[in-house]
Amino acid sequence: MLNYIWCGMIVLSFVTAIFNGRIENVTNGAMEGAVSAVETCIGLLGTMCLWTGLAKVAEKSGLVEVFAKILRPVTKIIFPKLKKDSPALRTIVMNMVANLLGMGNAATPLGIAAMRELDKLNRGKNTASDEMCMFVVINTASIQLIPATVISLRQMYGSQSPAEIVVPVWICSVCAVTIGVVAAKLFQKRSRLL
Amino acid sequence: MNIISILAIPLMIVGIVVYGMAKRINVYDSFVEGAKSGIENMVQIIPPLVGLMVGITMLRESGFMDVLGQVLKPLTNAIGMPKEVLPLALLRPVSGSGSIAIVNDIFKNMGPDSQAGRIASVMMGSTETTFYTVAVYFGAVGIKNLRYTLKSALVADLCGMLIAVFVARLLLL
Repeated sequence: MLNYIWCGMIVLSFVTAIFNGRIENVTNGAMEGAVSAVETCIGLLGTMCLWTGLAKVAEKSGLVEVFAKILRPVTKIIFPKLKKDSPALRTIVMNMVANLLGMGNAATPLGIAAMRELDKLNRGKNTASDEMCMFVVINTASIQLIPATVISLRQMYGSQSPAEIVVPVWICSVCAVTIGVVAAKLFQKRSRLL
Repeated sequence: MNIISILAIPLMIVGIVVYGMAKRINVYDSFVEGAKSGIENMVQIIPPLVGLMVGITMLRESGFMDVLGQVLKPLTNAIGMPKEVLPLALLRPVSGSGSIAIVNDIFKNMGPDSQAGRIASVMMGSTETTFYTVAVYFGAVGIKNLRYTLKSALVADLCGMLIAVFVARLLLL
């Protein structure tokens, strides 16, 4: 999909530039974009290391399990059919904690592990179970406690208060996740009626 | 509200370190070990970011974004979204690096504390790369029929984008 989008961007900008007489600007833009990408990565490198470092500390100290305990009651409401001590629910909770703490590296493998557990319960069918749909919907919404990338980008560009967005981001994330869960539950009911 | 935002990061850093100390692990060594993986992460996103940043800057310089902004003006005006943020809303569910590239472009040209900058910040922080997540997770277990997953996820994304505009205007502008 990204293949088409990217090729589309390049071709479109060339065609538009011809109509607007801005070919030279586009040439400069291409060079500028490439330089800017590397500058951005270097600018973000430090904070990225800070957060992956802290995430490792949280993992090794067992702080992750503390968060998991807090999350468990919520997951019982979202996944009523999964047993309390099932490996599926355990990996789901760990995946959510990893997402909360911004441990992107750990979250994806844990999420895949959770999908495998759910797949076992689904007996390897080709059709997604309700739990799988719900789990993926939650993962397509962001539930990070600290939106670290955006904050460090804001800092790089000289924001007066890079972290001011934290609470607005929380409010927005909670709303979006809730809407996703409710939408999934509603579609689930409807699919059963059909 | 702003105090919570400002305190969130220091509290989290101190909290993680103090908890590690209480559990008697080697906090510093663990930190360094984890920080090392941060470098790999960042180096990995350089190539896609170069590609997407080139594409987005070319598109902006060609004047295409202005044309698109004009065409969709009635829509963006109705929801109070600055026209610079529209490409972010469109690309966010598809590409993470692409979204970083757009946010970067907005910050560079308008500043992170501008109206567009703040709305883009909230939108970027509170949404995820929906299509990528769906592809990776269902791909891992070979599920073909996703049923209502994509519908629900996209409803949540769309609402999330609208709420981001609303919340950023209400709390930050």
